[in-house]
Amino acid sequence: MQVPAKFEYERADSVPHAIELLERYGPDARIVAGGHSLIPMMKLRLAQPEALIDINGLAELGRIAVEGDELAIGALVRHAELLDSTTATNLFPIFRDAERVIADPIVRNRGTVGGSLCQGDPSEDLSAVFSALRATAVIQGPGGTRTVPLREFHRGPYETAVAENELLIQLRVPIAPGTGSAYEKVERRVGDWPVAATGAVITVRDGVIAQAGIGLTAVGAEHFCAPEAEEFLRGKAPGEETFAEAARIAAEHCEPHADQRGPADFKRHLAGELTKRALTRANLNVAGSATDPNVAGSATDPNVAGSATEGRI
Amino acid sequence: MRITVTVNGQPHTREVEPRLLLVHFLRDELSLTGTHWGCDTSNCGVCTVQLDGVPVKSCTVLAVMADGHEVTTVEGLERDGELDAVQKGFVECHGLQCGFCTPGMLLTARALLDRVPDPDEGQIREAISGQLCRCTGYENIVRSIRWAAEASQKVAESEARQ
Ligand code: FES
Ligand code: FES
Repeated sequence: MQVPAKFEYERADSVPHAIELLERYGPDARIVAGGHSLIPMMKLRLAQPEALIDINGLAELGRIAVEGDELAIGALVRHAELLDSTTATNLFPIFRDAERVIADPIVRNRGTVGGSLCQGDPSEDLSAVFSALRATAVIQGPGGTRTVPLREFHRGPYETAVAENELLIQLRVPIAPGTGSAYEKVERRVGDWPVAATGAVITVRDGVIAQAGIGLTAVGAEHFCAPEAEEFLRGKAPGEETFAEAARIAAEHCEPHADQRGPADFKRHLAGELTKRALTRANLNVAGSATDPNVAGSATDPNVAGSATEGRI
Repeated sequence: MRITVTVNGQPHTREVEPRLLLVHFLRDELSLTGTHWGCDTSNCGVCTVQLDGVPVKSCTVLAVMADGHEVTTVEGLERDGELDAVQKGFVECHGLQCGFCTPGMLLTARALLDRVPDPDEGQIREAISGQLCRCTGYENIVRSIRWAAEASQKVAESEARQ
């Protein structure tokens, strides 16, 4: 029987309260939300925090809404809620693609967006998704909030920009007309980490790619992105050959390690192939994205805002 | 720490250690051994219960996190001595062999039908994809859930006609 070591348990009733508790308990305190990374690690004694600060009651962190020209996603939004949010998935189909293959449906009911990012696993899916989307992380500490581009959020494996007395509270994704997005992942079975996965986001203006984001996970890409491939795409017309070349550049950028999920050259090959497929599909849904007035009209998703306060912990 | 968890409609107050997992709270504190416990690593899904109506793996939820919330276990599926449609479906379609995965499958099935009353095979397979069955090969589980969906619809139709 696997049981975590003893710890103190505190329930935060507001974000400032959570921060106050973090300061009180110091570096051996950990925030817990879904707990689907932390609790298994605690059972194996890979993590042994002295105190857990439970933020599941903070409904204000569970919302998804369009605010100006950004989509705001609370750190406590469950994977299942992001998947169910038509606001999020209509604007960015990449969320639907990725959330359908993250862990399994029951784990998705519990695991949170913020928890996934803060875990900082080098094979984590949403890190690649938000990196491709050029999202910004909003972090709150004793002195107020600050923002960090997602591409500076991960400092290395299992290490993030969130300090010991800070809390990730929100992700903000820029909305640009003419944007398409998609995610492609190869996993050995449901619930496993990816062998390789790629997210692609392109914004097309006047027939050329104005901005591109390529997110890569599990293949050793620093900050979960492929900047040279993105640079190559900018200013080019979307098309098969362009995408194939960008995919080749992205694959070259990766530094995968051989493990039980496959040898390094196989993973590199996959990274390229999945990049090509993700770009192709992203291009296909460009028209249906932010330019669609029906989509822009659904500013907040009542279902999502509501479910956050229904006590779905 | 003192917690009160409503399990199958009944509030239970206990003094527990924060590290106690929900699955052990249910099995050891409340003697509700219908919730099974297998891999202990949130993979197999045999420990699945509903927390506020949503299926979760109770080996990866702390009992203290359920404080003030509602849990439904397999023991809570039957109503006034009558089995739930999903339980009847598993009986009718031979949806279990050893029964180890069954309680978890039933709670996921119930939650699926509450959300999607008429799921197709793909939706059913996706819903149970976080749960392992070592015996049945899943075919009969899928059939059982379809049976429950159809039976519930027939009941709803006949009620509507009356
Ligand atoms: S015992 Fe909980 S998932 Fe296997
Ligand atoms: S019936 Fe034996 S594990 Fe499913």
